[in-house]
Amino acid sequence: MSILLSKESRLVVQGFTGGTGTFHSKQCIEYGSNIVAGQTPGKGGTVHLDRPVFNTVSEAVRQAGANVSLVFVPAAFAADAILEAADAGVALVICITEGIPVLDMARVKRALDASARSGTRVRMVGPNCPGVITPGECKAGIMPGYIHKPGRIGIVSRSGTLTYEAVHQTSQQGLGQSTVVGIGGDPIAGSNFTDILELFEGDPATEAVVMIGEIGGSAEEEAARFHRERMSKPVFAFIAGRSAPPGRRMGHAGAIIEGGSGTHASKVKALREAGVTVVENLSEIGATVAKALKQKASV
Amino acid sequence: MKLLEYESKTLFQAHRIPVPPSGGVIRTMAQLPAALRRAGKGPWVIKAQVLAGGRGKAGGIKLARTPAEAKEAAKSILGMTLVTHQTHGQGLKVREVLVECGAKIEREIYLSVVMDRKACGPTIIASAEGGMEIERLAAEKPEAILRQPVDPSTGLPDFAARRLAFQLRLPPERVAQFCHLVKSLVWLFLEHDCSLVEVNPLVLTPKGLLALDGKVVTDDNALFRHPDLAKRRDPELSVLEREAQKADLSYIALDGTIGCMVNGAGLAMGTMDTIALAGGKPANFLDVGGAADEERVTKAFQIILKDPKVKAVLVNIFGGIVKCDMIASGILAALKKVQLRVPLVVRLQGTNVEKGRELLSQAKVKIVSAEDLWDAAKKAVEVSR
Repeated sequence: MSILLSKESRLVVQGFTGGTGTFHSKQCIEYGSNIVAGQTPGKGGTVHLDRPVFNTVSEAVRQAGANVSLVFVPAAFAADAILEAADAGVALVICITEGIPVLDMARVKRALDASARSGTRVRMVGPNCPGVITPGECKAGIMPGYIHKPGRIGIVSRSGTLTYEAVHQTSQQGLGQSTVVGIGGDPIAGSNFTDILELFEGDPATEAVVMIGEIGGSAEEEAARFHRERMSKPVFAFIAGRSAPPGRRMGHAGAIIEGGSGTHASKVKALREAGVTVVENLSEIGATVAKALKQKASV
Repeated sequence: MKLLEYESKTLFQAHRIPVPPSGGVIRTMAQLPAALRRAGKGPWVIKAQVLAGGRGKAGGIKLARTPAEAKEAAKSILGMTLVTHQTHGQGLKVREVLVECGAKIEREIYLSVVMDRKACGPTIIASAEGGMEIERLAAEKPEAILRQPVDPSTGLPDFAARRLAFQLRLPPERVAQFCHLVKSLVWLFLEHDCSLVEVNPLVLTPKGLLALDGKVVTDDNALFRHPDLAKRRDPELSVLEREAQKADLSYIALDGTIGCMVNGAGLAMGTMDTIALAGGKPANFLDVGGAADEERVTKAFQIILKDPKVKAVLVNIFGGIVKCDMIASGILAALKKVQLRVPLVVRLQGTNVEKGRELLSQAKVKIVSAEDLWDAAKKAVEVSR
């Protein structure tokens, strides 16, 4: 078991024929992901990477049976691409694109929420994220596949390369990962920590969760509350940006301390009070998890 | 991007949000008399144009009743280095001064539209207790703050605007003007892809409502649909930050001694944190990007080394899709082009890491190789001393 992606996932790639889309689709196919179709408006009817290309996502869903969309469409058009995927009826949209205007995402989020209220739930992950991978089964994103190992740790993260760090360390410790989810570094994201923690809590294959947060916003504080009230599995957190100055955007649009809120200290405090193990040293994430699980097993 | 007060007020005017009569911005004392004439009858207010709150308390805003007083005020403000509670101990040089007519203030109101991450959309924040900094108000009197979420597609409906006016206890004859004003403010926010539009204070005068101060922050991600803003020189950036921006590198200058070059924003922050944990201080944040090729690495080295405080450089790269041997050759090629004046510590991890490390060990320049990030941070702190 795993969350979000499995061997059954049938992927359509939006922005399939572009440079980025082509490069990363190839990598996903090599990893063994089941990409069943691509979409590029105007290129319908052609074949790319041995897969059919459609003008619209709804054709990819109806004719190729796609149920997950992976979006590589440029920032200016990405919000529309997400809405198209949701409209076409895929269950999950994973958006890799970086630099989508925040207002566009606000509109997308509202549309997805409205459709969920009327009974059609479309889950979205991203934007500005490395994607999602269930090791050994399906990779939908830009992460290096080989550092992952099938295993028992769920990882959820706001940052790309920090995720790789956590993956690498848990692989080296022999723990492996059930599923790794990059929720992205933007102020408004399709899924937040609590959405993914809820899935990991319900996944029998996940024994513990590593959560990589950063300064800005209040998603980590909300995750802390969720952990205290609704979770039985242990969570280990690292929060980046302890040494970041307030008021400056640290690369990610969402990583900014504004008006005294979203600080490293407030997040660490909330998480610790909720029983989450906060790891201070980035290099010790894997070792900390391994030690804690070993102790738990011996009790 | 943060806009200065006078730039924000130009946007206000374009959206018919009333602002005080203005004489415009001056950059030299010679421009003052004309500015006073343009503003009209005194008294005047002379205001430093810098990106920080708390200007008044720090001596950056002065009232002048006569042209002589105005001259004295402008002279003291123009060119001064302003340190306020928001400048984090650093001073901001005042290069521009706004000249405006003073207003008769009956009441002060706080009004803003902000991108609310939790509500996933814009939210109006208002308070009948204006003039105060909103963070302080939120801490001391949270019940005095009104919140009104806004639909990002349709803007603010009339009834919600009216409700706000009544909640703010505005006199009945000002309700219509307020509704128009707050709706315009929302449109300004939506049209210009803002993350914050703030009027603090919005004042009630005998002649009606007036935006006495203005602050606008726009979303950098949306610059592609605002060519005017994209062309604007961001006054907040330092010389090195501007150079980095041109090279498409995400760089922020800090006050430590260890220069950092990292791929990925999160890992860059994590690297800074690890340096701090090891007892050092990072000199910068720098995300060299996923494609850490020769050109980008060269440019990144050049920018980091221009900072005279830098005593050591730490390169931390997780080679995923871009393999470590490629990154190592990029670093080696870059080192042929830049004069390395300080020790260099490199930590590579990921695909083909062995090959990458071997390449680095053959370099002519001495490179301190590190096993993991903690090892790298400790070594960087050591060699920087």
